[in-house]
This record gives sequence, C-alpha cells and structure tokens, in this order.
Amino acid sequence: MKNGKNKTLYDPLFSLIYAALSVIAALIIAGLVMKIMGYRPLNSYRYLLQGSFGSINSLCETAVKTTPLILTAVAFSTAFKSGMINLGATGQLYMGAICTTLIATNFDQLPRGIHITISLLAGIAAGALFGYLVGLLKSVFGASELITTIMLNYVAAYLVSFLVTGPMKDTKGSNSNPQSCQILESAKLPLFVPGSRLNIGFLIALLVIVLYFLFFWHTSLGYGIRVIGLNENTGKYAGISKNLNQGIAMAISGGLAGLAGAIEILGVQTRLTQAFAGDLGFEGIAAALLGSNSPIGILFSSLLFGAMSSGAGTMEMLAKVPNAFISVIQGLIILFIIGRNLPAGKIKEVLIKKHVIKEEEAIGIIE
Amino acid sequence: MELLNSVIMTVLRMATPILLAGLGLVVSERAGILNIGTEGVMLTGALFGAIGSWAGKSIWIGVLCAVVGSVAVNLIIAFFSITLKADQTVVGTAINILAGGLTVTVNRSVFGIGTDNADIPLFQKIEIPVIKNIPIIGAIFSNQTILVYIALISVPIVSAVLYKTNVGLKIRSVGENPRACDTLGISVDRVRYSTMFFSGIMSGLAGIYISLSQMSSFTEGMVAGRGFIAVAAVVFGNYTPRGVFIAALVFGMADSLKYRMQASSYHVPYQFWLMVPYIITIFALCLYRKNSNKPACSAKPYIR
Amino acid sequence: MEFLQMNHISKQFGNVTANKDVTLSIKKGEIHALLGENGAGKSTLMNILYGMYRQTEGEIYLDGKKLNLSSPQKAISNGIGMVHQHFMLIPAQSVIENVVLGLKDNKTVLDLKSAAAKLKKLAETFHMEINPWEKVSNLSIGEQQRVEILKALFRGARLLILDEPTAVLTPQEAEALFDVLRKLKIEGCTIIFISHKLKEIMAVCDACTVLRKGETIKTIWVKDIVDTRELAELMVGKTVELTIKKEKTEVGKPVLILQNVSYQNKKKVQVLKDISFQVHEGEILGVCGVDGNGQSELIHCITGIKQASKGIIMINGTDTTREKSRKIMSRGVAHIPEDRQKYGIVQEMSIKENMILMSYLHKPLSRFGFLQSKNIENYTKRICDEFEIKAQNTDEKIMNLSGGNQQKVVVGRELSRNPKLLIAVHPDRGLDIGAAKYIQREIINTKKKGGGVLLVSSELDELMDLTDRIMVIYHGQIIETVSTEKTSLKELGELMMGIKNNVEEKNA
Repeated sequence: MKNGKNKTLYDPLFSLIYAALSVIAALIIAGLVMKIMGYRPLNSYRYLLQGSFGSINSLCETAVKTTPLILTAVAFSTAFKSGMINLGATGQLYMGAICTTLIATNFDQLPRGIHITISLLAGIAAGALFGYLVGLLKSVFGASELITTIMLNYVAAYLVSFLVTGPMKDTKGSNSNPQSCQILESAKLPLFVPGSRLNIGFLIALLVIVLYFLFFWHTSLGYGIRVIGLNENTGKYAGISKNLNQGIAMAISGGLAGLAGAIEILGVQTRLTQAFAGDLGFEGIAAALLGSNSPIGILFSSLLFGAMSSGAGTMEMLAKVPNAFISVIQGLIILFIIGRNLPAGKIKEVLIKKHVIKEEEAIGIIE
Repeated sequence: MELLNSVIMTVLRMATPILLAGLGLVVSERAGILNIGTEGVMLTGALFGAIGSWAGKSIWIGVLCAVVGSVAVNLIIAFFSITLKADQTVVGTAINILAGGLTVTVNRSVFGIGTDNADIPLFQKIEIPVIKNIPIIGAIFSNQTILVYIALISVPIVSAVLYKTNVGLKIRSVGENPRACDTLGISVDRVRYSTMFFSGIMSGLAGIYISLSQMSSFTEGMVAGRGFIAVAAVVFGNYTPRGVFIAALVFGMADSLKYRMQASSYHVPYQFWLMVPYIITIFALCLYRKNSNKPACSAKPYIR
Repeated sequence: MEFLQMNHISKQFGNVTANKDVTLSIKKGEIHALLGENGAGKSTLMNILYGMYRQTEGEIYLDGKKLNLSSPQKAISNGIGMVHQHFMLIPAQSVIENVVLGLKDNKTVLDLKSAAAKLKKLAETFHMEINPWEKVSNLSIGEQQRVEILKALFRGARLLILDEPTAVLTPQEAEALFDVLRKLKIEGCTIIFISHKLKEIMAVCDACTVLRKGETIKTIWVKDIVDTRELAELMVGKTVELTIKKEKTEVGKPVLILQNVSYQNKKKVQVLKDISFQVHEGEILGVCGVDGNGQSELIHCITGIKQASKGIIMINGTDTTREKSRKIMSRGVAHIPEDRQKYGIVQEMSIKENMILMSYLHKPLSRFGFLQSKNIENYTKRICDEFEIKAQNTDEKIMNLSGGNQQKVVVGRELSRNPKLLIAVHPDRGLDIGAAKYIQREIINTKKKGGGVLLVSSELDELMDLTDRIMVIYHGQIIETVSTEKTSLKELGELMMGIKNNVEEKNA
C-alpha cells in the first residue's frame, strides 16, 4: 500500500469497481465452498437476498442490523486514523451495554427524552473509558493494543456474564437463559415502523458518519490526529502529541462502540443478556476495512454486511446454511480487497524474466 | 507433595498449546512476520484434527489433518503478507473472521449441532516408567499426552536451530534487515515462507491439542483467544524460545488457577477466575523491555 | 574489450527510463568514478551490475566472459562486491555473523571461530583492524564501512563497487578510506566509485564517467581535468554557478542564546555538555561536525522536542528552556528538519495539508477548531507561487512531487512565517544542484531580512559558502568557533575529529 506513485490505485471510481468485483468474487468462492459442503448456493443466496430486502420488514431489519455495524466501523476507523488498531469494539460495546442497562432499568420518574439521553450518554462514557484504557496502556507501558483489546474483549464478556447471572439478574426470568431486568418504557428508543424493530438508532448512526467526515477533514483536532497517524515523527516536530491524540482517538472510538451497545439495548434487545453481541465488533471492523475507512465506504459496506446479517436468519431457516457462514463471505471479501495489491505488472515481469533466461540457456551462452 | 505434582502437571497441560504455537511464532516473528491470524489457524487445526481423527479412526490421522489444515491457512496468510505485501494485521483479522465462520459451518455440517462426539480417538496419556517415581521430575514426565513432551523438547531444539545454525542466522537476519540479506543473495521470501510453514505446523499441533487432548471434541470458539495469547507470549518472552517457555508457564499457571479456585469454596463468582489468564496477559505486556530483541523490520513487507 | 564491459545497458521501470544505452568500460586495477546528480542513473546501473536488478537491454562482460547477473548470488560468485550507501549490516548482530551471512559454503551448524580467524587474517592484509565478535551497533560509521568492505573481500571480490562512500565520513576518515582503496588497487582490485563530490573524484580516481538523466555523457581521465567546474557542467548540462555571493549584513542583537546547556539522554549518556553560543540578527552561524556528535539533540533542545537537563535557552529575549515545541514555534522560529521524509512532511497527505502543518491552529487557517478551506487554499497557492513549487494542483499528494519540490514545500512553509530565527538542518541533503542552490539562496535571504540562521550541515563547502561563523561540535561540546573567512577546510576537518591546535582532545 506504500507503493507510492501508482495513481490509478487511488482513483475512487476504480476502488468502487474493485470493491464490487471483490464482493462478487467472494460470493463465488463462498458458493463453491457451500457446494462442496452439500448446500445449494444459488438457492441460499436467494433466501439471503429475500431476508435482506424482500419486504418492508426485511428492509427495516437490515437497517437495524446495519446500525451497530456503522458505529463499530466508525469506531475502528477513528482509532485507525490515529495509528491505533482497535480490535476491542466488542468489549467496549459490552461495557456500554452494561452501563446503559444500569441507567435504563432504574430512575423510573424521568421523562422519556431525558431518560434516553442519559442512558445513551452512560453507554458512550463507559465505552470511552474502556477505550481510553487501551490507549493509556500503550502510552505508559508500550503494551500493544492488538493484544490488549482482544484480552479486554474477553474480560468484558465475562463481566456481562457475571452481572447477568448475579447482581443484575432478573429474578422472575428463567434460569437457563439468564438475563437482566427489562429496561423501563421511558428508556426505550422510539420505533418508526410498526411491526419492525427499526428505531432512531439508525438515524443516530447515519449522523455519526457525517460527524466522522466533518471531524477528520474539517477540524483542527481531526487533522492533528490524522497527521500523528500517518507520520508520528513529523507530527512531533509540529508539536502534535502522539499520546494525547491517540488517547482522544481511542476514547472516541470506545465511545462509539459503547454507543452501539447502548442502542442495541435500548432499541433492540431491551435487556442485557450474555454474549448478545456475537461477532458484532469484528463485523464492524470488517466493514471498516472493506470501506477503506472512508465515510462513504463505511456506509456502503455496513449496509452490505447488515443486509447479509439480516438475511442470514432467513438463509439459515430456509436453506439450512448456518448463520456463521456470513463470516466466511466477509473474510473472503476482505482478502480480495487487500489482494488488489497483486501487481499485475510484476507478474508479467517475472514471466518475461523466466522466458528470457530459458531462451539464452538454450543457446548455451550463459553462466 | 501430591499437591505440588498435581499443580505442575496441570500447569504444563495448560501451558502446552501456548508453548507449541508460541515456538512456531518466535521463528516466524524473527523472520519479520507478525501473525495475529494465529487464532484462526489454531481453530482450523482444532477442527480438522477432530474431523480427521474421527473419520480416519486414528488420532494420528487427526494430527495429519490438523497440520495440513493449519499449514494451508498459514500459507494463505503468508501469501498475502509476503507476496502481496498486504497489511499483516488486516490479513490476520480477515483470516480470524473467515476461520471463525468456516469452522462453525463445517463443524455443524460434519458433526451436527449438539452431538456427543463420543467416538473420536483422542490422545492417550503416556507414562514413562522409572522416571515417573522421581519426585517433581516424575510429575513432569509422567502421565501427559505426547504433545506435551513434544512441546518441551522443542524448546532446546528451536533454540539451537535459531542461534547455532546457518538457517537460524538467515531467519534472524531476514527480520532485522531484509535488504541486507537480499544483497547477499538470500531469498527473503523463501526464508519467510519456510518459517510460516513451520509455525503452521506448530499452530496445528496446538489446535489439535486443545480439541483432542485438553478436551475430547471440537466446540465452537474453543481456542478462546489463546492464539492471541501465544502472540503475546512471544513479546513477553522477548522473542526467544526460552522466553516463550517461561511465558507459556506463566499463562499455564494463570489458566490452572481458575480450575483450582473454582473447585475451592471461595465465593468469588467463576467468571472472575475465567478472566485471570487474560488479565495476566495484559500485565505481562506491560512489563518494560529494556533490550528488546524485537526484529527491526517486524511486520514490514519487504519491497525490493 | 576492457576488464569490465557494460554495453548498451538500458533499464526501464514501467514507463520510467533509468538507464538509456549506457556503455561503461573499466580497465583492470582502475579506480573509476561514476559521476552524476541524483536520479542520473548511477545507482541503478550499479545495482544491475550487482544483480539486484535485471537490465532491459544490453550485455555485461567481466574479463571477457559474458555474465547473466540474475541475482546478487551470481554477481558475488563472479567476484563482484558492493558497498551500498546505506550500509547493509545488521546492527543487532556481531561482525562475524554479518560477514558470514548467506555464504554458500556455510555448514549447517555455523563455525564462527574459524571464520573469525580467516577474517582477521584478511583484515591484516589490508592494514585494517577489526574485532570479529563486536556487535555492529557498537562500531563507528567508519568502522562499519570497513566491515562492509571486508564482507565483500571475504567473498572474493575482484571488482568492488562503492556507492557514495564518503557521504557520512569526515575528511580525515575519507582520507583513511582512500588509503584502503589505494592498497586494494595494489592488490589487483578494480574499484568503481560512485559520487557526486567533484573534489574527491579528483583526489583518488584514475578515470571518471559522467552520467546525466540515465545516459553516458563522457568518460575522461582525471589527470586531463583542469578544474571541477568542467565536471560540474558535464554533470548538470549547463554552466553552473558554483559560488554563492556572500553578502555582509549588519549583525544585530542576539535572537538565540544558549548558556551552559547540557542534555542527558535516557541511557544516562551526557550527549551535550555545557554548550554556550549566540546567534544574532543578520547572521548565519554554521554547526559543523560528523553526524552523531550531538547536533540532533542540540536542535531538539532548542526547538522544544527534547528538554535540556541543565542550562538556559533564550529566544528573542524569552526563556524557552522548558517550553514545548508548539510554543517555541509560535515565537517566530522556523525549523527545516534534517530528514524531510521522516520529520518534515506527511507523504500521504496533499500539498495543502502539508503546507498548514505549522499554522493550522491559528487564524485565518482555522476558526473555533474548524479548518477554513478557502483560506487554506489561498495560503497554499501563494506559497507555491512564491517558492516556485511545481505541482498540478494543491490537492495532489506530496509524495508525487520530486525531492526538490518536497523540500521547497517545507522551506516555503517555514520561511513564509517570516521567522526571526531559522534553524536549518542538512537542508539540501539529497537534492540536485538546482534545488540545493535555490534553498541556499533562500537561507541567505532570511539573513538579509534581519533574521538569524543556525545552519547544521556536514557539507563543508556549503558551510564555507553560506556562513559568517562556524561552530564545530565534537563529543557533545563546542570544541571551537571560527570565523568563516579565516578558516580552512583542513582546520575544520581537524576540529571535527577533535584535533585542536594539532593536539587531540581527550574525551572531555
């Protein structure tokens, strides 16, 4: 990616075409894998499509699934811009979910607007602190965030498990499926379309993308963070502090992931359960990578993965392909995207080289 | 004495997958590849090992399948990192996502949901006569499965190869200054691919150890972050085989602690004990490294 | 046909032509210079000879045999060795490990002891001292270069290519190198000496081939050259004004004062010891010394990137010893850093984004934390016009510009702030003559406008041309400050090596 002067690779239209090709290629390979395992690819894809866009309800569900992806993707990209790789969206999401639930299940006297706002803020704050912790560990101890974030994911997940089976447990609920109490009505996010789960979280997510764009390309703080992320030394010479800016970026990043958790609880789940986020954190990362950390890119790739996630339920029900297979498609898409570095020109050069040598060997002149 | 023996045995059991994967990673790290896709590689090894053992009705066929599967995935990571010169963290993350989904799908397809998997041939414990009666040493050398012994013996072997052989010098040099090696006629790519081949084998063994030695079948997500802990062990062990050994033991102690404590009558909820290994890893990463052996060109693709 | 014959060599990288129909003939036992500016194609040609690249067209003959140099291994086995400009050594390993790396006859288990004995014997033949077991990171630059040469000789090199070997050496170390080369010549080695330093070529080489823009221009015998201007013209293709008109200006009050400044680094090494000096308005003070004697740390302390452990730094009358770099830069200080790729620019950002690096927090470039695009655009355009920066538009990524234009962005960015104190560190390193002279003129302009300039450079000619006074720094101390008019290259060279008044300074 540092091959410098190759202008064509940075042409946005070319990127878009390449992204589309990658998706198609991934679907083909995944289809082949499905076939080998005895599933019917075209059939499965049909159900996938149906489940994502086939009805008003499906569309709403796609939007619902897209919301946390947009947020965790922007979270990853924000940290990435500062030079930090935040693989901890899952953990930060859980911390946000925990704090949101705490606020949302109490304080029943509050008017709705206020209750929702402070619940969301609690989630953001929790995620932000958890994210900032990672930045702190790196700046003070040099601990690589690649590992600390993953470790904290497990810590947060176990914390959720503990709370939901212990202090926050809903005593009226079943024992085999532990959960927290339901959040109060005054904390639930307003729904749009009756009969679906679409809530204002989706709008919040769209707003976040706009803010991401404005922040990094139109504010001085965002500019400073980008400089530090691209060239730490030059940033230092310009007086931009790496530790401070990476800390801010990680806090924002964690906060956004926490917001994702908060919206999931307030708008969709309405109560805290174990492992409810599944692979959301990593799907968001995948969306960010696919979208090249750009605002438009993140929007489209989150929509793509959200659609797949929403359709996967239908696919599992009707075509019997496990839900988790979506991860295979996502992983393949990313691999195809980064495979664009396959230098077509270089391969030609190698072939010519071999050909040339073969020729001369035949004539018997060389060493 | 019984308690001490039992503790040592448990620690070794828990440390083995980290040690196996970690030794492989030391070699490929020294050559300049940062492989966080190890989690996915180990997961592949765990599943393929279970399938191979079950289908072939022999643990050794399982081992073969585990190694083949892991090496294949590791070489894919190698291809993207070395030949395509892609960002190694992105490759690793993509492989983890992919392997996560693929193993779940294949597992359900082959074994179905909630099967008992009672019939998979497992690793057998090996007892070494005579030695087993010696206090302490006896505990180490008796009653473990073969992969534990392989892991232990690999420490001095990998160490010797890395520091005393021609191949080892090339590996260490390629990670420090690939351009210098290129000017001396060493094929940087070939050395790196070879180290990835080796670490694929080791990660595969670590994977099948988790599924068929620590456990008796494949469960989804069973690697539970240990691929990352192996990567952390390399850092904690300052990129040397002996260091990785110590790091693996520390992790083994943390992991075995959780079983001890759960079984005791402490009223601390079990989830907190489950957290211990991960928290210990974070602490380990925070230890200050004065003379780091980290290769100068770690995770940087070599472009001529 | 001569000992080394490279005929009609062409090399294309995509649609860039690095070498075009180059022919090079070198006799056995010759020390042959390859002269040319940056980008002339000298390094590419030699990398082809060393097997790192493959020529698009042309043939190579060594001692009459046609060679197919498909890899460095092939080159090495044919007796060709190369010492690169940036050393190809592994600092974390010992000398002998570096020398032995990749040898074909290495056994599976390394036998370092006998290799070390062989190495010592080889070194003695050429009167070089070497400790095979020393870690390379502990060696001086000159010693590391010797390791590189021995590495090549150990592999039986009869043809040795040296790429800009004196770039990092003092005049005395360079002389020591030339002695080694002369001894090698006596032992039958043929040497190719890549350089753009005209005086050195005159000093040690027998013949010289000039390259310009990828083509051979001429090959001449050094003894036939009258003066260096002839070579310079061949190199550049037009008459080159080699001297800069130095003007005397009025010297005013001090803009920069250092009093007893010391700096101890993290490893508890006293890198700077008791430094005191002043830079005045209308004056250019040069800092001269071999890289690694404390210049970087000195600049870092002045600009606020590091903090001095003792002493006082005053800029324009204010005590800035404890201030951070952002504050200091706002006091009318401009800084052209030593390595633009590493410290000066952000490659992936646009020209615009690089231009605002030092002033993006202030009006009119930003207001209430928001960047003002129109103002930024105008600001950038103005500086590009003023400093003749050639680019298609301001949104172009700075990595697409030439080295000279990149440095002009840095210089333009800094100088357009009308600094009272300019700190320039190796400002024309790696630039071709045209760009270098431009930047030198801008530095003089700053002095003419009444600013003070602190110029750190290892190019003695540049220091002699531009400065009013020169400070020589050695082992973290100012060993002597001389008036430029009254000093000589010889005196500077000695001072750089710690020799003051013909007496070598012990480690003070």
